[in-house]
Amino acid sequence: MNWRALCFALIATLPSAATSTEILPSGTTFLSQGLQAQAADAGANPGMLWVADGERLWNTAESAASSSCASCHGDAEVSMRGVATRYPLVIPGSNQLLNLEGRINTCRVQRQNALAYAHESDELLSLSAFVARQSLHMPLKVTVNDANAEFFAAGEAAFHQRRGQLNLSCANCHVERVGLRLRGDVITHALPNAFPIYRLEWQGLGSLHRRLRACALGVRAEMFDYGSEAYLNLELYLTVRANGVAVETPGIRK
Amino acid sequence: MAACFSCDAHASEAGLLAYDIVGDAVPAALGGLLGDPERGREIVLDRRSGNCLICHALPAIDQHFQGELGPALAGVGERLSTGQIRLRLIDQSRINATTIMPPYYRVDALSHVAPEYIGQTALQAQQIEDVVAYLSTLSSSP
Ligand code: HEC
Ligand code: HEC
Ligand code: HEC
Repeated sequence: MNWRALCFALIATLPSAATSTEILPSGTTFLSQGLQAQAADAGANPGMLWVADGERLWNTAESAASSSCASCHGDAEVSMRGVATRYPLVIPGSNQLLNLEGRINTCRVQRQNALAYAHESDELLSLSAFVARQSLHMPLKVTVNDANAEFFAAGEAAFHQRRGQLNLSCANCHVERVGLRLRGDVITHALPNAFPIYRLEWQGLGSLHRRLRACALGVRAEMFDYGSEAYLNLELYLTVRANGVAVETPGIRK
Repeated sequence: MAACFSCDAHASEAGLLAYDIVGDAVPAALGGLLGDPERGREIVLDRRSGNCLICHALPAIDQHFQGELGPALAGVGERLSTGQIRLRLIDQSRINATTIMPPYYRVDALSHVAPEYIGQTALQAQQIEDVVAYLSTLSSSP
């Protein structure tokens, strides 16, 4: 093999930007000092209301036929510590990608004898915020492996595909134009580390998939369902890009 | 730029008005329609219609509500001819293949368009002419 071919072979095996070790700055760092301070102060962060409600749900059995999360998992500070940093993941042997909300609902149905919570319901947002909060300040730890590679590739392709009547890809904004102003917003790296977030525009807490739907609407593209495969794949891709970024749930956003 | 033989065909297939590209411009108004600069200004500002300020700045508008992904539009009426502005609105990608400016009068080669917008252009021919008329009035002196 001549040096040129060797070079090509080397380049081909280099990790893509998404899997490099560079740690991207959290979306929070693009906010005003005031909002950053509010997000960091548990007493002033409005998202903490949902976290408190999540704690209540964690400790409550819904009916005589079901048991509380706590009855199996005990103290969440211990049992749920670091859990959120590993999601989304593929449950071994399942070939199904689950995010934290999906994991919680699996427990509801399979272990708790209860119905799955609806997507974007206060209950599911509260419990996922409460569980994710147990990983506060811990770095996200999702990387590509044999089990998730296919989902990751689909997410990566979606991220770079132009979509909608306005014909823009996620990367057009969130890679190529980070730091520039899009009307009133400054474009960030689109990291999932602060979700669910309290968004002033929503006047409430919302999931990552809700944010993805907002970005789709912005370019007049087809919106996918909450929890859909398309959004789970994107969530995986975004989380791998965010590997090493600290969890900040619940973040505050404009 | 090469003359485009297929664009008329594309345009009529999709029910759009045909247009001729000359150089980097579309000299003739779409369908011979007359633009109204007042309406054009509203379209440019309206978030549900042109929404151009997500990317562009206009003179005399609060900085915080303007975008900076594209060049400021102040003085564009002096920099560009009416026909040049028209082609940039119809389909900027004919001038710069990797532009992020949306094609406002094109329906093909788009993907995952929201169902309510499929087969529709982002702006209608009359709106294109209104915006062209408005932008042509923008000079660089305030
Ligand atoms: C009857 C016992 C039981 C109940 C009740 C229960 N779980 Fe679980 N949960 C488990 C078991 C066992 C596992 C791990 C293994 C598995 O399910 O495959 C688990 C796993 C989890 C995980 C993944 C942990 C990890 O390390 O990836 C989360 C998150 C979770 N549960 C949340 C909840 C929440 C929230 C509730 C209440 C809504 C709940 N669970 C109720 C038994 C339970
Ligand atoms: C026209 C530009 C644009 C496009 C295209 C776009 N977004 Fe966004 N997105 C924004 C803006 C503006 C915000 C709000 C500011 C910010 O957090 O970047 C945002 C926010 C986000 C956030 C929240 C980040 C945080 O820290 O709160 C995520 C995640 C995101 N976008 C993902 C995506 C994905 C995935 C796609 C493609 C399916 C996409 N966006 C397409 C402009 C865009
Ligand atoms: C997603 C961002 C975006 C949106 C939305 C957008 N543009 Fe643009 N526009 C650009 C960029 C970037 C350029 C620079 C040209 C290029 O990309 O090659 C540009 C260039 C232009 C130009 C040429 C300016 C010059 O000085 O050469 C005009 C005129 C223009 N845009 C008008 C509009 C109008 C009117 C609207 C709304 C109907 C609009 N644009 C919406 C991004 C955008």
